[in-house]
Amino acid sequence: MANVISLDSILGVGELKAAAEAPPAAASGCASSSCGSSDGPADMAPEVWEKVKNHPCYSEEAHHYFARMHVAVAPACNIQCNYCNRKYDCSNESRPGVVSEKLTPDQALRKILAVAQEIPQLSVIGIAGPGDSLAAGGKNTFKTFEMLAKKAPDLKLCLSTNGLALPDHVDTIANYNIDHVTITINMVDPEVGQHIYPWIFHDHKRWTGLDAAKILHERQMLGLEMLTSRGILVKVNSVMIPGINDEHLMDVNKAVKSRGAFLHNIMPLISDPAHGTHFGLTGQRGPTAQELKVLQDQCEGGAKLMRHCRQCRADAVGLLGEDRGSEFTIDRIEAMGEVEYDQEAARTYREHVEGERAGRHAAKAAAQADVAETVGTAVQPILIAVATKGGERINEHFGHAKEFQIYEVGPKGAKFVGHRRVDQYCEGGSGDEDALGGVLSAINDCTAVFVAKIGGCPSTSLKDAGIEPVDRFAFEYIEESALTYFKDYAERLGQGAINAREGQDAVIRTGAFTARRA
Amino acid sequence: MAYKIKASDCTACGACEAECPNNAISFKKGAYAINADLCTECKGQFSSPQCASVCPADCCVPA
Repeated sequence: MANVISLDSILGVGELKAAAEAPPAAASGCASSSCGSSDGPADMAPEVWEKVKNHPCYSEEAHHYFARMHVAVAPACNIQCNYCNRKYDCSNESRPGVVSEKLTPDQALRKILAVAQEIPQLSVIGIAGPGDSLAAGGKNTFKTFEMLAKKAPDLKLCLSTNGLALPDHVDTIANYNIDHVTITINMVDPEVGQHIYPWIFHDHKRWTGLDAAKILHERQMLGLEMLTSRGILVKVNSVMIPGINDEHLMDVNKAVKSRGAFLHNIMPLISDPAHGTHFGLTGQRGPTAQELKVLQDQCEGGAKLMRHCRQCRADAVGLLGEDRGSEFTIDRIEAMGEVEYDQEAARTYREHVEGERAGRHAAKAAAQADVAETVGTAVQPILIAVATKGGERINEHFGHAKEFQIYEVGPKGAKFVGHRRVDQYCEGGSGDEDALGGVLSAINDCTAVFVAKIGGCPSTSLKDAGIEPVDRFAFEYIEESALTYFKDYAERLGQGAINAREGQDAVIRTGAFTARRA
Repeated sequence: MAYKIKASDCTACGACEAECPNNAISFKKGAYAINADLCTECKGQFSSPQCASVCPADCCVPA
């Protein structure tokens, strides 16, 4: 480890217990689909793994280690969605379509280089708006990528689009080596679509109603097929709108899988009258955490689901779940002068992660084999909320957590199933009771919460609410700890010492998000 | 005959500039503006004024 940048110093996590220990020997029996080595999961072709392994949005594992950056160079849009209002801009707000500063391609390039110098975890540059990256001819989008490919060829490029203009740009996308594209597809039936899209602008005309939804649907499917036939990885984003497209999203999942989509990301509708969106103003509600999870579970077996999306802003910077965008405003970038791009820190970091991964896969497999052997299959899986700031470790204090990652652990193993944003309980040393209520409702469907540390007060409140606070796995790896906990939990359950926590739901937080990186 | 942009409602997204067939739209002082001398309201070119059809804020209106 001597010559390697430790995850610790890069992430600023404080002391990492056991970071330098040798990985445990691999177990003989392995039930995990992602078992083996850092070569990647068994169900993924090596060339695909090579593309996604360092991409925080395309690989759940990578999102613990790598950072992404969105540059807001594409303000124009060619459709109107009922959940979007790009006029609204607040720097405390974290959701798609929102941005504080629009950038020219020149400014974007300078910002990217400056961020790459500061954050060696940066592996991906995305253009996600704030409008549509391919509207207005995609001029700013492609200009930015062209300059970036020359200056920093090791950064991955990706873009996000509603798909309307996509078929016109597939060749350009392929030429610029953009190997990740996200298409937002909320329906595969125009009857459903007309309730989501009031109008589109296509072929020099504004279309409304069924006509608009029909054209958009056809263009989305055509664009998706054109991309996948060229070997470009496509993620499909869908917004879950209860009563409008919730059940329909199972059809969407099948339709995009059959056309070769790599990943399907079902996100909850963010709806609030204060956002000024049509859905916000008409009282359309978003789903609860359990409604979202049930739908995601029903789609399992179809297109692979992404559950770690943080619905970040069109100018987000950092690891998923954090936004350091305010450290890199245009004024500050301009003040930095000429920035040279040095790949050394990023390369060292990537090598370090490769090393971590090899040990991780073996340790996970061993813990899983142990649980499979000792716990009967009759025990129902449970949810565990985890306070973490990256590196797949339990390394955040309860009071400092701005989100909890949710793991489902059962006799078949542990897996990441989602995350819940919360207001920080502890700011400036004292606890905030309102925030604590918010945390409780956000993780109310969980059996336990894993933390690096927790105070007496919130600990008591959690216990009263039936959620067990657990700090004995501080700074350990999440999945192994979850499996160890589950083994103990099953034992206590068998002895009648505790009861299973069932039938609970949790609230998805949608209001202004004020947390910033400490 | 020309169109204009209500600057107070303009989000400066630039969608109109990209669609204008007459290059009549440019960015001025925080918002886009239409040069009335160049604007044809797209008559004879398209079935509707392109700026008004694409504008997400509906702020391109007859002058």
